[in-house]
Amino acid sequence: MSLHIPVDHPENTGTEPNDPYVQLIRPDGTRVADTFYSRWVQDVDAEILRGLYRDMVLVRRIDTEATSLQRQGELGLWPPLLGQEASQIGSARALRPTDFVFSSYRENAVAYCRGVEFADLMRVWRGNAAGGWDPYSVNMAPTQVIIGAQALHAAGYAMGIAQDGADDAAISYFGDGATSQGDVNEAMVFAASFQAPVIFFCQNNQWAISEPVGLQAAIPIANRAPGFGIPSIRVDGNDVLAVLAATREALDRARSGAGPTFIEAVTYRMGPHTTADDPTRYRDAAELEDWRRRDPITRLGTLLQNEGEADSAFLASVDADADALAGGLREACLTMPDPGPQDVFAHVYAEPNSWLDRQQEHYGAYLAMMDVPAEGNTR
Amino acid sequence: MIREFRLPDLGEGLTESEILSWRVAEGQLVTLNQVIAEVETAKAVVELPSPFEGVVARLHEAEGTVVEVGKPIISFDVIDTDVPVPAAPEPQRRQPTLVGYGAEPDRAGRPARRARRGLAAPAEPTPPAPAPARTPSPAAAPAPAAAPAPAAVITDAPVRERPRSTPPVRKLARDLGIDLALLTGTGPQGRILRADVEAARLADRGRSGESVTAETAVPPVVADAPHLGQGREERIPIAGIRKHTAAAMVSSAFTAPHATVFLTVDVTASMQLLEKLRSRKEYDGVRLTPLVLAAKAVCLALRRHPELNARWDEPAREIVRYRYVNLGIAAATPRGLMVPNIKDAQDLGLRELALAISDLARTAREGRTPPAALSGGTVSISNVGVFGVDAGTPILNPGEAAILALGAVRSQPWEYEGGIALRQVTTLSLSFDHRLVDGAEGAAFLRDIGDVLAEPAMVLAMD
Repeated sequence: MSLHIPVDHPENTGTEPNDPYVQLIRPDGTRVADTFYSRWVQDVDAEILRGLYRDMVLVRRIDTEATSLQRQGELGLWPPLLGQEASQIGSARALRPTDFVFSSYRENAVAYCRGVEFADLMRVWRGNAAGGWDPYSVNMAPTQVIIGAQALHAAGYAMGIAQDGADDAAISYFGDGATSQGDVNEAMVFAASFQAPVIFFCQNNQWAISEPVGLQAAIPIANRAPGFGIPSIRVDGNDVLAVLAATREALDRARSGAGPTFIEAVTYRMGPHTTADDPTRYRDAAELEDWRRRDPITRLGTLLQNEGEADSAFLASVDADADALAGGLREACLTMPDPGPQDVFAHVYAEPNSWLDRQQEHYGAYLAMMDVPAEGNTR
Repeated sequence: MIREFRLPDLGEGLTESEILSWRVAEGQLVTLNQVIAEVETAKAVVELPSPFEGVVARLHEAEGTVVEVGKPIISFDVIDTDVPVPAAPEPQRRQPTLVGYGAEPDRAGRPARRARRGLAAPAEPTPPAPAPARTPSPAAAPAPAAAPAPAAVITDAPVRERPRSTPPVRKLARDLGIDLALLTGTGPQGRILRADVEAARLADRGRSGESVTAETAVPPVVADAPHLGQGREERIPIAGIRKHTAAAMVSSAFTAPHATVFLTVDVTASMQLLEKLRSRKEYDGVRLTPLVLAAKAVCLALRRHPELNARWDEPAREIVRYRYVNLGIAAATPRGLMVPNIKDAQDLGLRELALAISDLARTAREGRTPPAALSGGTVSISNVGVFGVDAGTPILNPGEAAILALGAVRSQPWEYEGGIALRQVTTLSLSFDHRLVDGAEGAAFLRDIGDVLAEPAMVLAMD
């Protein structure tokens, strides 16, 4: 192993935050070739592109419906992913089922690709459970709210994969703000030292809540990784094809035993940080307009139409699917049973614990005194 | 079927929101997720999507009203019942739990011992009297009968939170036979004060003293409730920029003692200078107005009078003097008055200043002023001349020591070289914070500005 691993892509050597990145579809929907990355998506035909388009439209619909449900008091909070569809779909669709995902709280499109059920997606945000799903049923860890902690989990899991001698990979999703956290930096040290099969997938959505990325990154975030001995690539995060290519290349490196990769997907959070946030208080409306012109869905839609691969029947079927999906999501949310007060004790320890049992007993006696049913209401 | 939509907690742990505007009207057909209102919480202005498809049966709260979380704000006549809606909870049965059978739950399924705080009382057994301090809501108008009735109100509510008050006031109320539940507290967090009880006693006395009908006994605040579209008065909820402007004006006017000085100046030389500059190539397409020269003059004069570019920091017991000028320009926009400022105006040449002023005015008119441009100002100019008036006593932008009002430039007979001539004349009005600035200093500052506008060459002598 050499002491210095250079950044892979020849273009990505600059020091300015707006340095070039890998792009295969321009914002106007035209294609652009890349000497290194085009070959990673040679197999992507119109059918696959249509699938990626459908994915992005559907997850945007999941996102807007969930946002509405929060405004209607049915969810306590929701972190919208509006604008980041290409980053999440492009990377998640490169994975295989046996790979393992460690995400933050905004990767609802990734969860959708992994097959997480609607009700499971919303359980935590409705305040009905501490965790949404069985991680091993979809090979995706529960939503991580602690910023950047999941990078350590991914690095550790990937070290385990290497110990097992398997050729799976782990991928950790985090944002631009998380790269300033100790956890992410520690994870990169371990991943590099053990050449763990892990991808650090940073969605640089330009804003760490209300702080612009420039405050914490004087150079492109991707350029930090080589300092750890991890090759990195900057990719247009609103170009689903470029993200797919970059993730496939990184997965290939991981599976072949060549260690971790850092991907910076340059994208934009078009909505608020969460439904409790008002971005108009800290950012210029003109900036949103600039990014709207780089919208990931419009871009792929234009390409498909220009190449004659998206007729009105296809577009109508996508819209109909989105409507059906929104209805299913709403129903899953509204018919979700409330948990009982005693449920808080259920998932603390895997095995019986006398101290906890005593607490539960006391709590039960207290509830009995208050005349509250111990079981939840099923509405 | 009528369904109510109660105001949800739109942030994380918020207790109330203000309804800024309704986007739908009663009788209107609304689709699922159609935007029905814009509301402002302590954290954000957000749009509310409709949770139902149906016809709007009633808007419970008026625009500008601050509504508690959990209160119904709109009702729908729902036509499509396929939408999954939370059904009424089925009657609870005793259920085996891990620690045996719980006690028999009561019908409402709520604690029998005491109310949980924040739990909305079912069906609002006793609507509290309309709060006089709040913006009147149309919902309050049709129900004058709910206004103070001295007789005890019989309710079937099993539990109700005790009105907030203090022991001596409770005793006073008990002695006077006044039910605290019928009063609206004016104290902190709605606490009922001695004054509230005494006011209720006076109102009671008034009612029993004069034999008046129940209708005229309704307190005036209810009689004044809005009847939108009729009557001789119109009531407009105080909201949005109007509210913020008012708060800023009140805070400034009653914190900083204002003094205003005036100076009428012959600005013919300035107008000639502007004319000359306009014909120069580098000023092509640059909007040159007296305001630009006044802005420049303010920046220059502040160098000699730094006490006017300052802030009174009461908590720190310090005067903050700025070594930079963030020059606020008051702009009348369709949304209301805004005072965006030009950062580091002291470093700008006349051309850059002119460009910055046009840019700032355009951005403000288009409603695209970024929040950062509205804060951090150090001194301001208000161009009242564009409204055709000559002078004013401007109110300081909060936290600033001075504001200059620039009057209209008029052709007037004026003393000129020993005779009377038609000259271009304007009046400058300067308000300053008298805590920071003495009259002599304010006057000297204004004279310097006047000198520059009367004879722009004077800048050569100002160092």
